[in-house]
Amino acid sequence: MSDVLSLIVAKYNYWLYVILMMIGLYGMIAKNNLVKKIVGMNIFQTAIILFYVSIGYKTDATIPILKNAHDAHGAAIHAADYINPLTSCLMLTAIVVSVATFGYAMALAVRIYQRYQTLEEDELRMRLSEE
Amino acid sequence: MEHYAALIVVAPFITALFAGLFVWIEERLSYPIVLAGLAVSVYSAIQVLIQVMAVGTLQYKFAGWPPPIGIEYRIDLLNAMVLCLVSGIAFLNLIASYRSVQQEISDRTGSYFTVYNLFVTGLLGVTITGDLFNLYVLIEITSLTSYAQIALGDKDRGPLASLNYIFIGVIGASFYLLGVGYLYMYTGSLNMADVAVLIKGSQGSSTVLTAFILCILGIWIKMALFPFHVWLPNAYTYSPVIFSRVVAPLMTKVMVYVMIRLMITVFGYDYIFNTLHLSEAVVWLATLAILAGGVMALAQKNLKKMLTYIIVCEIGYMVGGAWMGNQLGMTGAILHILNDALMTFALFLAVGNMVYRIEKVDITDLKGLFGKMPWTMGGFVLAALSIIGVPPTCGFFSKWYLILGAMEKGAYHFVAALVISSLICAVLFFKVFEICFFESGSHGHEHSSHGPVAIEEAPVSMLIISGLVSLSLIVAGVYSGTIVNTIILPFLK
Repeated sequence: MSDVLSLIVAKYNYWLYVILMMIGLYGMIAKNNLVKKIVGMNIFQTAIILFYVSIGYKTDATIPILKNAHDAHGAAIHAADYINPLTSCLMLTAIVVSVATFGYAMALAVRIYQRYQTLEEDELRMRLSEE
Repeated sequence: MEHYAALIVVAPFITALFAGLFVWIEERLSYPIVLAGLAVSVYSAIQVLIQVMAVGTLQYKFAGWPPPIGIEYRIDLLNAMVLCLVSGIAFLNLIASYRSVQQEISDRTGSYFTVYNLFVTGLLGVTITGDLFNLYVLIEITSLTSYAQIALGDKDRGPLASLNYIFIGVIGASFYLLGVGYLYMYTGSLNMADVAVLIKGSQGSSTVLTAFILCILGIWIKMALFPFHVWLPNAYTYSPVIFSRVVAPLMTKVMVYVMIRLMITVFGYDYIFNTLHLSEAVVWLATLAILAGGVMALAQKNLKKMLTYIIVCEIGYMVGGAWMGNQLGMTGAILHILNDALMTFALFLAVGNMVYRIEKVDITDLKGLFGKMPWTMGGFVLAALSIIGVPPTCGFFSKWYLILGAMEKGAYHFVAALVISSLICAVLFFKVFEICFFESGSHGHEHSSHGPVAIEEAPVSMLIISGLVSLSLIVAGVYSGTIVNTIILPFLK
């Protein structure tokens, strides 16, 4: 039992991202309101961003800016002292993507609301089958 | 010139931005700008194909950074072929679109052309790139622009279809992104060729296995393989016809290309077929996809929707061939990427011509169309024969390779599914032909908006493109042996 517990504690970042991802997925599948679904989608994408950022992290490491890099007497560079910047950089792009998707999905929700005066999915389905 | 590789993607991208600017200055100019961008792209793609055939794989390093650190474009025979296909189809469709854009979205033509070129940029980038994360970003560019264009279609159902596509598309792309994350954890690299070298020999690693499952699952969702296909029919039916003409042949085919690229270049044959033994299960899945697509196509009343279910069916062909695990199957799958893109394009061009004149394309609306639009229907018949797989057209040859591959593996259920789906397609299309040819259309359109006005042939610009593409089906069929020997077999060696 304690093995399992220590496994969870040691790798808690993965558990967190999986839980967040499942919350998002649940929102997208189970919710009836379109805006709630869109928010679920955003949570789903955020979970992956957290996953990426957490795999670049190192304990007791600092931001990857070279101290005294231009100085001839500068300290030697130890990779262990700096977190991996690449994963965070990648996520800047992914954040842009998720913001664009979120914004566009919201705009569509407005269009749907203007047309049908509702955002509840079951009511929409009813309206569509009537026509 | 060594910069052709970059020009393929950069030309449509830059012209898209300029076309966007010209919306405020002089909207009529955005069309020629966009067209010029795609023309440059087509020319560069052909140049690159010639170079690759002469000297082998090309590498283009962005800003001169060497591969594992910088982003590189890596073009081999498969890439080069798909690049020519994508840029060519996008270019031809743009020529044919001019009149339909005026008709369908006359108030926002400039913005439409901007988004269209961004979409093509995304597809070309996905095809050309040699970097896993770059691939994700370009998939998202492609998807975002296609969401936008789908919502421009049917006023009632377009936005809803687009929103449902967003939900599923985001799940697919996110799964792929997660898979790339696991690969990065294991190897510390994002370059495809580099990752392939680094994961060699780590067959037992659960990280690689997770990465593999997530990447492939994500791409399957994006390409609408059978259980994940629900978004496709609505999205492609309710989009404006100018867009369905280009998205139906290209989007799914480019995703199949990505799957083949991941299988061959990144994870490797040996890992998939000898370590994981996945061939059997996936070929069964593909068989189901073919049958399900065919059966659901039978139930449709709208011509456009019927064709989208045929796409679901064709995806099954390509996935089955690629996962057969032998050279014949893979040859069939790659040849079918080319052929299916051409066939679907020809079909949707014909549908585009019909929509231009009669607006609604429920199958019952098509009565007597042979007499009124003979050239359009000629193109439609050729494309339909190719989908069914009648010998001189190209559809026959890729099916032939797929069947040979399945026979070699002993996957007779796949052979049976191929034959049954060909029969279903024959039934479907002959039903359409019968209505178009034998039933008189005199009472079919009296209650439509423009009254009993005689329907005439589509504009010449649309007819020429439609005819050219339909004839290319026969050309591609006659030369399919050459294509296999000069492009596909050297690539698979």
